[in-house]
Amino acid sequence: MAVVELKGVSKHYGPVEAVKGVDLTIADREFVVIVGPSGCGKSTLLRVIAGLEEATAGDLAIDGRRVNDVSPDKRGLAMVFQSYALYPHMTVAGNMGFALRLARVPRAERADRVLAAARILRLDHLLDRKPKELSGGQRQRVAIGRSIVRDPKAFLFDEPLSNLDAGLRVQMRLELVQLHRRLSATTIYVTHDQVEAMTMADRIVVMNGGVVEQAGTPLEIYANPRNLFVAGFIGSPKMNLVAATVSTVAEREVGVMLPGGGTLGLAVKANGLAPGASATVGLRPELLSLASDGPLGGEVTVLEHLGDETLVYVDIGGGTLLTIKAPADDPVRIGDRVKVAITDRAKVRLFSADGTAVAVDGRR
Amino acid sequence: MSSGQTGMIVRTGLGWLVATLMAFPVFWMALAAFKTELDAIHSPPLLFFRPTLENFGEMQERVDYLAHATNSIAVAFGSTIIAILVAAPAAYSMAFFPTRRTRGVLLWMLSTKFMPAVGVLVPIYLVLIWAGMLDTRTGLLIITLLSNLPLVVWMLYSYFKEVPAEILEAARMDGARPLQQLGFLLLPLAAPGVASTALLAVILSWNESFWCINVTAVHAGTLALVIASFSNPEGFFWAKLSAASLASVAPIMIFGWLTQRQLVRGLTFGAVK
Repeated sequence: MAVVELKGVSKHYGPVEAVKGVDLTIADREFVVIVGPSGCGKSTLLRVIAGLEEATAGDLAIDGRRVNDVSPDKRGLAMVFQSYALYPHMTVAGNMGFALRLARVPRAERADRVLAAARILRLDHLLDRKPKELSGGQRQRVAIGRSIVRDPKAFLFDEPLSNLDAGLRVQMRLELVQLHRRLSATTIYVTHDQVEAMTMADRIVVMNGGVVEQAGTPLEIYANPRNLFVAGFIGSPKMNLVAATVSTVAEREVGVMLPGGGTLGLAVKANGLAPGASATVGLRPELLSLASDGPLGGEVTVLEHLGDETLVYVDIGGGTLLTIKAPADDPVRIGDRVKVAITDRAKVRLFSADGTAVAVDGRR
Repeated sequence: MSSGQTGMIVRTGLGWLVATLMAFPVFWMALAAFKTELDAIHSPPLLFFRPTLENFGEMQERVDYLAHATNSIAVAFGSTIIAILVAAPAAYSMAFFPTRRTRGVLLWMLSTKFMPAVGVLVPIYLVLIWAGMLDTRTGLLIITLLSNLPLVVWMLYSYFKEVPAEILEAARMDGARPLQQLGFLLLPLAAPGVASTALLAVILSWNESFWCINVTAVHAGTLALVIASFSNPEGFFWAKLSAASLASVAPIMIFGWLTQRQLVRGLTFGAVK
């Protein structure tokens, strides 16, 4: 399969910089998910990799060979589009075999390869249908089948699940992961949905404003977001970001004062932090619990019962609503005044005033 | 009777009235073609008369109908086919790879239709003499082609724009070159639009008379020239003029009738998609 390398890749549309100097290496057989809000440049980056857009600057290499000037089909990549982009006047077999037909593959071999791909995707009974006679999920599979048939070096997916309803999306997510395992092909997958990123990726690349904010395994990014943007973007429900003030600075511990006057000591490197500086404390909802005592407190304003657990929203003042994961049988009610305890202080993250994470002591 | 029904009847009546007014001259011309010259100028006008075919016979004596009809067919269909072949790649590139000047180019092409044709009669006449193409089918075909090309590009451009760009991008990933994208995808997907563009171009070319009258004579004249040759300074011969007109427009009217379903479907292509 293939290694895809990007070095300083930029894409400008006139004065608009959609992608700004992205460096990224995607390993052979890796499933990389590029995730970010709409307009962050993720789709543009994918289109540059595909060859549908030309990079304004930087180098793009596949298996060590520079491909900036190579046409899309010669790059050996296959792409699945958000709208599926099936050829409406061709049958499923015609759609899947189109690339082979253009490459003048003999008819018999073409039919074999189309059938083999159709079997993988359970489309073999639909080969004579036209796209308009298929359901959304089936069309999606035809689009994937069209790329499998070409036996590409890497698969590119541009928000392939956004047009499906919620149930089907979860199912297709699973199928895509299984397919990746089966084909063990390098895969670059673009989405705005961080749940897709977390569940499918070997490695997540978080983009914002045309730059890569952070790249890492889902758990790495979840546990150690590099800055406030990544912290707020990855995770559902979102990480609580609480404004705080640095109160004490010791060699191996920084103390912060939270809204409402509670204090918290965190084992982070103190470099650059001084007492009085403002900072942000990042608290995942599962780190918090309702308790008789704790550094935070306020009034319960909303309860969301998910069945297996309950999300408790506590107004701690200053316009900050804290999300807490509580057991489903917790007797808390709206209007209760509660205290919030932190169950695992080692997992609390601190961000300095410029939004970057303060390194945890003992690691980088 | 409800006011809705009254409105419906009024609208239907108006529709028939307008249609009758527009169709009447054609109907009257068709009648006159089968009258004797005396019946044709009879006052009051005759609705019932003894039909005769003598006008068609006399027309055939004066002009070679088949030769002119062949010219018409060659020029109309030839110029249309070439126009589509030339316009399709132009429309493809403007619809899918627009630059800042695409809009300007489209307007410029249309602007060539702003000037009356007579404005360029002399230069084009001189060019034709120089090229030895006066009164040749090729000469007339090239002029017809060029005068219809802007319209054909515009129409194809708007039909191509209806095709989602992602489909062509998928084709590029599949290895389709521009001409393959045109042949395998754009033309089939925009087929109703392409067909109605072609039909319109054929009809316009068939009825084109200004250039035909001015740059052709006995060899390359189309049926439009046949009609013109019957309105001569010696005086009007209404019946013969009507016969010549009927014989000239009949083929294209039958053609239009047969293809009207396609024509209407193509012209409303975007609206019903």
